[in-house]
Amino acid sequence: MDYFIELFFGGLTRGSIYALIALGYTMVYGIIGLINFAHGEIYMIGAFTAFIVASVLSIYGLPLAAIVVLTLLAAAVWASCYGYTVEKLAYKPLRNAPRLSPLISAIGMSIFLQNYVLLAQTSDFLPFPALIPEFAFLDRFAGIIGSSDLVILLVTAVTMICLTWLIKFTRIGKAMRATAQDRKMAMLVGINVDQIISVTFIIGSALAAIGGVLIASHVGQINFFIGFIAGIKAFTAAVLGGIGSIPGAVLGSFILGLTESYATGYVSSDYEDVFAFSLLVLILIFRPAGLLGKSTIEKV
Amino acid sequence: MQSEQPILEVRQLTMDFGGIRALDHLDLQVREGEIVALIGPNGAGKTTFFNCLTGMYRPTGGDLLLTPPGKETRRLNGMKPNKVTRQGLARTFQNIRLFPNMTVLENVMIGRHCRTRAKVLGAIFRDRRTRREEEEIVAFSYAILEKIGLAGVVNEYAKNLPYGQQRRLEIARALATEPIMLLLDEPAAGMNPQETRELDELITRIRDEGLSILLIEHDMKLVMSLSDHIFVMDYGKKIAEGSPEEVRANPAVIKAYLGESDA
Amino acid sequence: MLRLKDLRTALLVALWFVFLTFPIMVIRVNPFERTITWRWQNMVLVGVGSFLMYLVSRIVLQRKAARQKQLRLGLIREKIPWSQRLLEEPRIYLPVLAGVAVFALGFPLLFSTYQVNIMITALMYVMLGLGLNIVVGVAGLLDLGYVAFYAVGAYAYALLHLHFGLGFWTVLPIGALLAAAFGILLGFPVLRLRGDYLAIVTLGFGEIIRLILENWNEFSHGPSGIANIPRPGLFGIEMDLNSAIIYLYYLMIALVLFTVFVVNRLQNSRIGRAWFALREDEIACQAMGIDKTRTKLTAFALGATWAGMVGVIFAAKTTFVNPASFTFLESAIILCIVVLGGMGSIVGVILGALVLILLPEYLRAFSDYRMLVFGAVLVIMMVFRPQGIVSNVRRTYTFRKENRTPEASNTQG
Repeated sequence: MDYFIELFFGGLTRGSIYALIALGYTMVYGIIGLINFAHGEIYMIGAFTAFIVASVLSIYGLPLAAIVVLTLLAAAVWASCYGYTVEKLAYKPLRNAPRLSPLISAIGMSIFLQNYVLLAQTSDFLPFPALIPEFAFLDRFAGIIGSSDLVILLVTAVTMICLTWLIKFTRIGKAMRATAQDRKMAMLVGINVDQIISVTFIIGSALAAIGGVLIASHVGQINFFIGFIAGIKAFTAAVLGGIGSIPGAVLGSFILGLTESYATGYVSSDYEDVFAFSLLVLILIFRPAGLLGKSTIEKV
Repeated sequence: MQSEQPILEVRQLTMDFGGIRALDHLDLQVREGEIVALIGPNGAGKTTFFNCLTGMYRPTGGDLLLTPPGKETRRLNGMKPNKVTRQGLARTFQNIRLFPNMTVLENVMIGRHCRTRAKVLGAIFRDRRTRREEEEIVAFSYAILEKIGLAGVVNEYAKNLPYGQQRRLEIARALATEPIMLLLDEPAAGMNPQETRELDELITRIRDEGLSILLIEHDMKLVMSLSDHIFVMDYGKKIAEGSPEEVRANPAVIKAYLGESDA
Repeated sequence: MLRLKDLRTALLVALWFVFLTFPIMVIRVNPFERTITWRWQNMVLVGVGSFLMYLVSRIVLQRKAARQKQLRLGLIREKIPWSQRLLEEPRIYLPVLAGVAVFALGFPLLFSTYQVNIMITALMYVMLGLGLNIVVGVAGLLDLGYVAFYAVGAYAYALLHLHFGLGFWTVLPIGALLAAAFGILLGFPVLRLRGDYLAIVTLGFGEIIRLILENWNEFSHGPSGIANIPRPGLFGIEMDLNSAIIYLYYLMIALVLFTVFVVNRLQNSRIGRAWFALREDEIACQAMGIDKTRTKLTAFALGATWAGMVGVIFAAKTTFVNPASFTFLESAIILCIVVLGGMGSIVGVILGALVLILLPEYLRAFSDYRMLVFGAVLVIMMVFRPQGIVSNVRRTYTFRKENRTPEASNTQG
């Protein structure tokens, strides 16, 4: 029974990370209809930035609390900047091009960023400092849930709440929702659509970066390639829940996280990635709208 | 030369999109060699009807019955669009849907696809049958373009044509499928009076060659001049039908919108 | 041309990029020795580089806008793309073709085995590019899992040789047919999906196949792969390594010619037109009586056939296959070739393959940056020149007024 619960919390942890990344995919898709292939790389860049900042600060001997705060901040800030820049360079010029063009551009960006980090840094696996301290009160639950699991869940929960508040109750959130529904109309009522799109990318990138920091701290190492797999899985989660739908992304992420956890725990861990890819293929074939999405009819 | 059985018979056609009823028990007939116009205010459901007819939507209820002259009646409900075209219904679109980066001739040649048979092996080996078929495709397409008056721009890219020519090209392309009935969705939209007159002539000529025509139009002058029979729609229902004179005088029709027309 | 305002913006852009890339480009941490390396030269590089690139792109865009304006005002006429002019003038293209032919045939005699090997690789990618061109360039189906069919062909040869002792020439058609079958199998459920979803699903398929090959050890021998695959034979003659490679080179030339012939015939046929129309407007295509599913499936399967063939050749060339050769990155490289060359243009794809494969080999110093450049090429081409190096030009027909017999003039892109 303990194993079952352990897998449960493990699944929740996975799901949380996927959710933080999936939100970026789903928000961008909702607003400009693009699958941001390079989003996984933003996550990876967030993790790398965190690694660099944390290492530098710890070598200079700053206290742990300061390091944690500054690292998170740095990761979020730089990742947002990368997200913003990628949008301006690779997607904005193609906003009126046929659908496939921005997708190909996104693939190119993804490859570019991966190799950029590879060349500028290293291809080795880098050990990531443990930023999350061990909480004594959790010793009882050792083997079931650890402190980083708890922190990840808490941070994700807080982030979700903040995001929901932003989308539902602020002017910017309303503008985002309007732009997602009808871009031309949003422009006509005076919404600065370019700005809103940039904001969407910034928020999505910041979330992914936080996810990157958390998981890197949890797993203990990073590498330039982590963006690819995490990106695909988070994308699967977003599609599962219904691409374009924020609650869908969260729902899909937790479902994916839990099923992955149980599948690898009870069946086999070799085929972990096959499982995610197969799920993705099956959803797209049989129910592309996902669980919470709605299918759209093209007007002739 | 009108036979008993209408070429197209639409019975109690209903189309629901979720909670919205776009077509409400619509009845309509087109007889052989008739030019029938479908008119009504914007949003009445006319293009939705075309989309049901051509297989883009599967109707929620009712029957779409096509009876080619001398052949059996076929029910078109839910038939895939390419099959419907094979049956003999060809259409044009409200917002022109040409193949912009293909030449004028090639656009029309695409229309021949469903009447020709060469496949992959034929394409690779170019045996005699395939070559002859290709020549026929080109000749047939060119002949249509001559009839329509676009023979001078055969090698022009479709996207470079002026608007009026693009509309005519769409008709030419539809004709290449050798239809028994042509469905024209607002063919005169955006045309000046001279172009509209030429369109009138063209459609009459097409009908005189044996095709039946069903057109959606807002240009009342054209409608009154061309049509043998008119159906009027509003809110997805048929609200009137009859000859141009009858429809013009019908109070329900006048009430629906005829007052604001450019007749 | 360039105003002070542009220079100021360029400075801001440079500062932005310096800030953006600061952690990753400038700082390098060695976590084991706890040292930090500050690479200030990178900062200068980024600053100057982005400054200049911004200015260059401003100039390019300005000139493009000016040309558009002049076109619209009727001051200049639309220029025939140089590629079309080149291909239309027999006085130009015949001698060029003859020169290329002589060079290609004489290549092994002039250069070392190592160089010939590189050429063989380039020719393989030419074939792969032409195959993917059918799917992506002509029919407009973004297949990101193309590498799966490549793997099918390669493993078909490896396994059929291992278990049944079949030779190269026997397996070549089998590999092609097997890949085609896979193409139909994979294509059937997914081809009705919309463009971007289709791309992701094919990506998924490609990865699934690679992962299965990696993990199903009993079948595929896992990550260690299968070795000792024989090279193609010539009536059983024993050949030393050099001769075998030269033989393979001429084989590739023949196969590439065959591919160009077939692909050209396909593109200029009833089905080629249907593919192109499908890419232009799927809905109109269906409305004109074309069965879009069957047409897409044909493109998909034919594209797969080529990948299968090249897969068999790959196995024969390297005499060894393992799953690591069949990653998503391979699909991306082939896609890059098609995008760079010009979607739908045969000559363009050939050029694209040669450029993308040969350049990194000859500019060895830069070969580390290969993938970086590939990524950048995809983005740059899409933003600045989506039609590729050689834009696809449609066929023109001439009609003589007197007897109305149509003739097709030989213009191909």
